[in-house]
Amino acid sequence: MINLPSTFRISFRALKVNKMRSALTMLGIIIGVGAVIAMLAVGTGASKKISDQISSMGSNLLIILPGATTAGGVRMGSGTQPTLTMGDAEAIQKECPAVQDIAPVHSGVAQVVYGHQNWSTGVVGTTPSMLIVRDWSLAAGRSFTEQDVKSATKVCLLGQSVVDNLFGDMDPTGQFIRIKNVPFVVNGVLAPKGQSAQGQDQDDTVLIPVTTAQKKLFGTSFPGMIRIIMVKAKSTEDLSSAEKQINELLRQRHHIGTKQDNDFTVRNLTQVMQTAEQSTKVMTLLLGAIASVSLLVGGIGIMNIMLVSVTERTREIGIRMAIGAKTWDIRLQFLIEALTLSLIGGVAGIILGISGSKLISTLAGWTTIISPFSVLLAFGFSGLVGIFFGFYPAYKASLLDPIEALRYE
Amino acid sequence: MAIIEAQEITKVYRLGDIDLHALSGVSLAIKKGEFIAVMGPSGSGKSTLMNILGCLDKPTNGKYILENIDIGNLNRDELAGIRNKKIGFIFQGFNLLPRTSAIENVELPMLYDGLSAKDRGGKALEALRNVGLEGREDHHPNQLSGGQQQRVAIARALVNDAPIILADEPTGNLDSKTSAEIMELFVKLNTQSDITIILVTHENDIAAYSRRIIKFLDGRIISDEHKERL
Repeated sequence: MINLPSTFRISFRALKVNKMRSALTMLGIIIGVGAVIAMLAVGTGASKKISDQISSMGSNLLIILPGATTAGGVRMGSGTQPTLTMGDAEAIQKECPAVQDIAPVHSGVAQVVYGHQNWSTGVVGTTPSMLIVRDWSLAAGRSFTEQDVKSATKVCLLGQSVVDNLFGDMDPTGQFIRIKNVPFVVNGVLAPKGQSAQGQDQDDTVLIPVTTAQKKLFGTSFPGMIRIIMVKAKSTEDLSSAEKQINELLRQRHHIGTKQDNDFTVRNLTQVMQTAEQSTKVMTLLLGAIASVSLLVGGIGIMNIMLVSVTERTREIGIRMAIGAKTWDIRLQFLIEALTLSLIGGVAGIILGISGSKLISTLAGWTTIISPFSVLLAFGFSGLVGIFFGFYPAYKASLLDPIEALRYE
Repeated sequence: MAIIEAQEITKVYRLGDIDLHALSGVSLAIKKGEFIAVMGPSGSGKSTLMNILGCLDKPTNGKYILENIDIGNLNRDELAGIRNKKIGFIFQGFNLLPRTSAIENVELPMLYDGLSAKDRGGKALEALRNVGLEGREDHHPNQLSGGQQQRVAIARALVNDAPIILADEPTGNLDSKTSAEIMELFVKLNTQSDITIILVTHENDIAAYSRRIIKFLDGRIISDEHKERL
């Protein structure tokens, strides 16, 4: 019969006798577990950051840009040719079944003034559906309406950064501000979104009705011209069909022949971001796998020390066998020793991993996320390593010949 | 009735191409309560016999019956069980666990018998008291004299109520005065508790404490005589 509590006591005693050696053996596991946790935390943090950016950009988002103009052989770059119109935007909304909603954008940079504070920011003329397309909610007040767009009312919604710069802690709702010296009523404040994938402050913006932008602020020689159309597809699966439908529709509307190039570009940012997210996930796995190797090396360290320990204590094993220790008594004694080393190492490694990832996020400024799953995984893995690498030495000990073992000097 | 019965026991070790006959046909019957000294020059086979009697080793041929159990049919763990319950070993070098207190050394056989910590503590204390080591429970082997260490070993051998004690030169590392004390302890255990004692020795004055002397030469018994204790 095996007496577990006593076997545990025997194992603990043996570890306590060789404190330094036990600590050094644990170090391998500590570093291994710590590395697994820290690496997974870095990887998970990176994925989280990207998926946050995807959702802050607005999910299932397509962006349509006008084509490039060529003036005297100089190509002016995407967006310079005024090919997109409100008519295009409305047609996409009506005729593309994979599209949930669209928001036209006619924007520019302008100085915004309130009281004696001023601030230069991007002023975006659009429609109320912008809030749907970009999954944007309001922190205060209310949105402007389709009616405001029709009648080119001078109302606006402020991003949080603009509010901070102009109003401080004051509630801006209902206040008058001046954009390019034109007075606007603040209808509401947009909920903060933070940085975009490109590092831009998405909250440094003012939304106004698109018609107001066209007529009062950023007039053009082409009435109804807009700079960008933002499109929200019905679902992630609909993104590519929406892209195709938009391409067909706009080619038809712009009278582009089969051999001619598009005078517009459809960008699928969501897809780009999702690819990035996928690759971060792969990176997380890779980091975790590399860290696991150090855990494995730690396990080999345990096996090494346990083999030394078995040899050193051959005589002790002989004595134990002579007075009645059975195969599994001896086996468990050494197995528990190995397991204790790896589990204590595991706990210390968890502490190291958590403080390590905190340090990384402080020093390098990376987002790190410690998931309970990664902690459990690392701890469970260290236990398995202990059992796996502890078994061979324990097995060897249990098969010693008691007579030989007793004679061992 | 014999507590130990050995019939035509042989033990052959293979050393390369040579067969070494450590025991060649030893038959022996030992009754409960006997006090036996086994003597003989080194290499005569007495240690091999002790190993077989102690269930640490199995004979190549022949039969060994201990308290009506045929040892030849037992596996490794069953042999460990027999050693645990029936046999107490005393070694020349004491063989206590280092860095382990006297009482924990004595508790060890009970631990492998599956006794609870509470039962073990009580019985171990009693066993230490019986060998005259009261108050030394928490001393480690390196804090005890040779004689005291051997007493701890005797307490350990007795604590599971083993009917047989096998002692391999138990006084070999002790001075003559301490040797006498240890031998008196064996005599007391033999007469008061009816424990069967088999001890290996080179010395006649140690053998003099016994009541039966078996002499070995070249793997055979050459004399087996009963006598009165001096």
